[in-house]
Amino acid sequence: MSIPTTRSTSDFAGVIALAEQIRNGDRTAVDVVEEHLARIDAGNPELHAFNLVMADSAMAAAATIDGQIAAGNPVGVLAGVPVALKDNLCTHGVETTCSSKILQGWKPPYNATVVDRLAAAGAIGIGKTNLDEFAMGSSTENSAFGPTRNPHDPSRVPGGSSGGSAAAVAAGFAPFALGSDTGGSIRQPAALCGVVGVKPTYGTVSRYGLIAFASSLDQIGPFTHSVADAAVVLEAIGGHDPMDSTSLPRPFPSVSGVLDRGVEGLRVGRITDLPTGADDDVNGRLDAAFAALEAAGATIVDVQVPAFTFGLTAYYIVAPAEASSNLSRFDGVRYGLRVDAPSTGEMMAASRAAGFGDEVKRRIMLGTYALSAGYYDAYYGKAQRIRTLIAQDFAKAYAQVDVLMTPTAPTEAFHFGDKGDNPLSMYLCDLYTIASNLAGHPGISVPYGVGDEGLPIGVQVLAPALGEPVMFQVAAELERLASK
Amino acid sequence: MSEPGTARLAESDVVHVAKLARLAITADEVERYTTQLGGMLEHFADIDSLDLSSVEPMTHPLPLSNVMREDVVKPCLDRGEVLAASPASEDGRFRVPPMAGEA
Repeated sequence: MSIPTTRSTSDFAGVIALAEQIRNGDRTAVDVVEEHLARIDAGNPELHAFNLVMADSAMAAAATIDGQIAAGNPVGVLAGVPVALKDNLCTHGVETTCSSKILQGWKPPYNATVVDRLAAAGAIGIGKTNLDEFAMGSSTENSAFGPTRNPHDPSRVPGGSSGGSAAAVAAGFAPFALGSDTGGSIRQPAALCGVVGVKPTYGTVSRYGLIAFASSLDQIGPFTHSVADAAVVLEAIGGHDPMDSTSLPRPFPSVSGVLDRGVEGLRVGRITDLPTGADDDVNGRLDAAFAALEAAGATIVDVQVPAFTFGLTAYYIVAPAEASSNLSRFDGVRYGLRVDAPSTGEMMAASRAAGFGDEVKRRIMLGTYALSAGYYDAYYGKAQRIRTLIAQDFAKAYAQVDVLMTPTAPTEAFHFGDKGDNPLSMYLCDLYTIASNLAGHPGISVPYGVGDEGLPIGVQVLAPALGEPVMFQVAAELERLASK
Repeated sequence: MSEPGTARLAESDVVHVAKLARLAITADEVERYTTQLGGMLEHFADIDSLDLSSVEPMTHPLPLSNVMREDVVKPCLDRGEVLAASPASEDGRFRVPPMAGEA
C-alpha cells in the first residue's frame, strides 16, 4: 500500500544521522550549523518560525564542539546537532518572550533544565521559536509578534501552540525542536506540519525554567523527523530533576532499544465512543493505520472510554484556572512590561492590560471566574472529578489493550482566520489530545500520509503513565508502515 | 450564532472578575467578554448532568507530596542580574509606585 506524500520533510537529515556524521568527522558542527542558518535565512522571513535566531552563539558553540572532536575528547550524544527551542523555555541571557508583549525584551537569569541537559549532550541552540502567546492557542495566530506559517502551505497555520517549533523542523531549520504540551500543543502542530511530536508522561521531563501555563498539565517534549530521533532526545532531556518538585524520582524509560520489535502480539485499542468531529479524510487515515498494524501482527480491540468526551470541558476549566494563578506573576514588578501609574494597583492592572493579548486575557478571566467564590465547586471542583473519571476509564481500557490509537487533530492544517471570532471552534482542535494531559499519560503523533487537500495527517498513539516503551514500539512500526 | 449563555453571566460579573484578575478592561471588552465567556459557560453545561458525588477530585496526575530538598546552602540566582531585568529597582530591591491609600 502506498501513501501519497506531500512536500517531503524527510529530505532533511535527522538527529541521529547528523550526530553520527559529526562524531565520525564526516562533517564539522560548524558546517552543519551554517547549513541550517542558511535555510533559516532563506525561509524564516516568510514562515516566521523563530522569534529570535541565535546565529552567533550557535556558531561559537559549533566551533567549540569541533575543537573537542579534533582533540579526541569525548562528546555528548547530540554533539553539534542544532535545536530550536520554544520561546517559553528560559535561556540564560537570551530573550525569552512567550510571544507576549508583557515579556518582550526579558532575559532570564537562568536556563531551563532541558536547555542545560541539551547543552550537556552537545546540542546547539539555534533559535527561539514562535508560539501562541503563553502557549494558549492551536494555530500560533495568538502570537503578539505575528503568526507562523505552515511550511507545507504558507497560506495555512502550522497548528499550535508550539507552531514555530513544528514549522522549524518541517522546514529544515533545525533537525529537532522542543515544545510544550498542555492540551495538545506538541502533538497537534506536529500532525499539521508532518513531523513526529511527543508529549511524555507527566513528571518525566523537568519543567524547571518552562514558563508555566497550567502546572498540572504542562509537559515538555520533542519534535523530530523520526520516532527514533524523538527517543534519543527524550532520553537526553528526561529523568529526575531536583529543581522540579513534580519531577518523578526515576530515570526516563529507555525507549531507543524497543523500536525494532514490531507489533506482533500487541493489542491496539480503537475507542468506539470517541467524540465525533474529525474530517472523513482524517478518519480514513486512522482506519488505514489500524488496518496496517493488524496486517503487521497487532490485534485491534474495540474499547470504550466514556469520559473522554468530557475532557474538553474539564480542560477548559482546569487550564484557565491554573493559568489565571500562574500568570498573576506578570504584574509589572519583577520583569517585563510596566505601564506607569500613580499607584501599584493601577500600575499592575494597566501593565497587564497593555501586555497581555486578547486570548490570554480571556483565559485569565475565565479561570478567575471559575475559581471565584461561589463557583469553585461548580467548575474547578467538578473538572477535577472528571479528571478522575477519565483516569479510571483509561485504566479500564488499558486492562484490555497495550495502546490506544486516535486521530491527533480533527482536520488538516486550516487557513489563517478560519476559526474566526468564536474561541470554542479553536478549542476543538484539541479534542483528541486533551484527555492524556488530564490523565498525565504520554502521547505521540506520527505522520501517516496526507488528506484530501494534500496536507499531512497525524495519527496519535496513547499509552498509560510510563508506557513510553510500548508507545514508541507501536509508533516506530507505524512510521515504517507509513513509508511503505 | 445565538449566545444562549449570556443569561448566565452579567456584565457586572465580568467587571468584578477583571478586578479580581487585576486587568484594566475597556467597555468594549466588557461587552465582548460577557458574550464570549457566557458562550463558554453554556458549553460547559455538558457536565451539569454528571453525578460526580462519589468521585474523588484529581488535583495532580502524580502521587507525589511534600517534596523537600536537603537543607544545605546552595548557590542561587544572582541578585544584581535579577534586579537588572526588572522595570525598576533601587537599593537592591524592586521599586514600585506608592501602595498606601489604595482600596
